[in-house]
Amino acid sequence: MSVNNLFTQDLKVINIGLKSFYNDLKSQDVTAIQVNWKPKAGGKKKMLDLLSKINKSN
Amino acid sequence: MIIQTKIKRNAYYDSVTLMLISRELQKLTGVEEVLVGMGTDLNLDLARDLNLATSDFDTLTANDLFIAAKFDDSQIDMEAIEKAFGEEINKSAQADGDEDYQPSTLRAAIDHLPGANLVVVSVPGQYAAAEVEVALDAGLHVMLFSDNVLVEDELRLKQKAVEKGLLMMGPDCGTAIINGKPLCFANAVKRGKIGVVGASGTGTQEVTVQVHKLGEGISQAIGTGGRDLKEEIGGLMMMQGFEALIADPETEVIVLISKPPAASVAQKIYKIAQTSPKPVVIDFVGGDRAAIEAAGAIPCISLEDAAHKAVAALRGQTAEDFTSFTQPEREIDRIVKNALAKLNRDQTELRALYTGGTLADEAMKLLGYQHQIYSNIPLSPEMAIENLPDGRGHVCLDLGEDQFTRGRPHPMIDPQTRSEFFESFVDEHTAVILVDVVLGFGSHSDPAGAVANSVREVRQRLSLHGKDVVVIASVCGTDLDSQNLHKSVETLEAEKIIVMPSNAQSVRLTDKIMQGIKGA
Repeated sequence: MSVNNLFTQDLKVINIGLKSFYNDLKSQDVTAIQVNWKPKAGGKKKMLDLLSKINKSN
Repeated sequence: MIIQTKIKRNAYYDSVTLMLISRELQKLTGVEEVLVGMGTDLNLDLARDLNLATSDFDTLTANDLFIAAKFDDSQIDMEAIEKAFGEEINKSAQADGDEDYQPSTLRAAIDHLPGANLVVVSVPGQYAAAEVEVALDAGLHVMLFSDNVLVEDELRLKQKAVEKGLLMMGPDCGTAIINGKPLCFANAVKRGKIGVVGASGTGTQEVTVQVHKLGEGISQAIGTGGRDLKEEIGGLMMMQGFEALIADPETEVIVLISKPPAASVAQKIYKIAQTSPKPVVIDFVGGDRAAIEAAGAIPCISLEDAAHKAVAALRGQTAEDFTSFTQPEREIDRIVKNALAKLNRDQTELRALYTGGTLADEAMKLLGYQHQIYSNIPLSPEMAIENLPDGRGHVCLDLGEDQFTRGRPHPMIDPQTRSEFFESFVDEHTAVILVDVVLGFGSHSDPAGAVANSVREVRQRLSLHGKDVVVIASVCGTDLDSQNLHKSVETLEAEKIIVMPSNAQSVRLTDKIMQGIKGA
């Protein structure tokens, strides 16, 4: 989807991180969904690198 | 005083929520210091620096929550602190509308929301690139609010975005308005025909607000993140946004905002400007005016000036540099005279306390060459705030910089940091206090009220020495913002704060008063 196509559409937003941004979007009647995010593998770097490799090979 | 910690395994909350809760718990009677955070390296270091860490901290992961507190156990216990934490979390969850379905991964969210077109990412920086990659691979535009993203990740992700014709705004992108919808930290402004590409958040906020005040509106405001125009990134997102606005039928005038770019990047931008069929207004704060004019673009002397020139171009007019005031010169002279009459001979110093980075930067560029100003964003290394001799001299601080936001929310979200500087940095030698008040989405619910409270306290303190102080503010906000421009101005004026219509004008007024002090 090009940038100029985006300009002609209604925004549909996925928010991943600070929930206040999601609340602000909802308050403006923007279609939005919040991801219930937490660090994968407890945020441990070695495990993250491993997971990333597995994801890429899939 | 005793130090105790409580650990909750596998309980994740975002950093802003926890920092604001830390602040609330700090107010409990008997609590001397409290830190609530996830077990990230950054938070663990902070807990150690505050002497709040206990031996079980070594077992924490980024998914574990900790409450660490130093308190007087004759007044309060850990159970009460934990209970207060639970109440705050519940309040926050209720405000967050937690009843909505929340998929646990970005991929699941993409499946759940067919037709999604934008992903806003604000997870901690070290995890952000992986999420952005998933979004771009799925063909979605990205606004990346997170900072602490590696420059090589930024380059790779932006190259991918350009290849796919997508926006990758950020990292550290605080402000955008897409299709009339303000994202993250942005103001509610009218829709219109002026498009903005900005590498700085509050710079974009000030320009869009001033355009709104002048009666025009914004088609799109695209953020790029602060590093985009550096050599390493090559202006990839500014060029992508610039070209999109040239092709956008709703946009008639384009404004580009950034600190001065790398020379090679500036050349690329000028090349596009030369062929733009639409007027292009460029504010490279303190940038090369001749080069901008040579590219056929319109140069500016301030953010407000950029808005004036964009509006003039839209109306088929040309505008001179806006170097003066909205109010008549006579009225300004009266304000200066009254201000000087308030001050004693030994009140000579400026305290500029900013929450908006680009607004602070603009103040430094407009004032720093006439007056010797110490700052955490100094114009020359010898004027670094660390070199302030015995606390005496002019000071301008950008309180949103990293050294002031470690373990605490940005001062636009939580005014407490600035309130503390009002207490510790303003004294009987202060002549002028200069502040910004930034409204809009993302910002505190009443930043003007917080400034008014601080000013009231400062004046009470100074009155013990038989002194008063001049306070000058500008409000970056509109009548459509939830905090409301009109109400905010009223709140400030009720405390005898001089409110100017733009940052540039409040800086200019400050300069006049300081010149008056010098000449006295």
